[in-house]
Amino acid sequence: MFITTMAAIIVTMALALLRATLGPTVFDRILAINMFGTKTVLLIAVIGFMTRRPDFLDLALLYALMNFIGVVAVLRFSKYGHFAEPEAGEVTL
Amino acid sequence: MDMLVDSISWICLVIGSLFAVTGGIGIIRLPDVYARMHGAGITDTMGAGLILIGLMFQGGASLVTAKLVMILFFLLITSPTASHALARAALHHGLEPLVTNKEAGS
Repeated sequence: MFITTMAAIIVTMALALLRATLGPTVFDRILAINMFGTKTVLLIAVIGFMTRRPDFLDLALLYALMNFIGVVAVLRFSKYGHFAEPEAGEVTL
Repeated sequence: MDMLVDSISWICLVIGSLFAVTGGIGIIRLPDVYARMHGAGITDTMGAGLILIGLMFQGGASLVTAKLVMILFFLLITSPTASHALARAALHHGLEPLVTNKEAGS
């Protein structure tokens, strides 16, 4: 049964990558990559259960947090062009 | 009893997989960024939630389940925040949402 779930997750990851490749705007790409990251977390968790090594869940936890920070960082970069603190007058996310 | 827990876990996993693939198809077929967020939202809430709940039934009452609860908690906090930031950035960038009824839409 884990195989089914894994196949579904991999299909979803492929679709998300397709959108990240096609995506007309940068926001489509960020959305698709965010979704890809979420699916990575699920895939790691399912693989951990399938191989009976639930220690993999620590990696999944790390990926869940890293994905969020990555998306916000890329959004800030796409808006300001730098990673520094926004100056006065700039609208923060 | 084991059989029952396994069945519930499998049902959650399969329904979660269906939701995940639905969101994947949605992110390909929907017309613009704001619409595609619906597809991403489905996979982030129902897909991830049901798959992780299914895994929790497999884990039983142990540290594994506690970690799964933490993963679910962080996903449920971070993915709406990321979507909100994305929508705000897209609007601020000047991307107009697609509106079919031009008079009703602003």
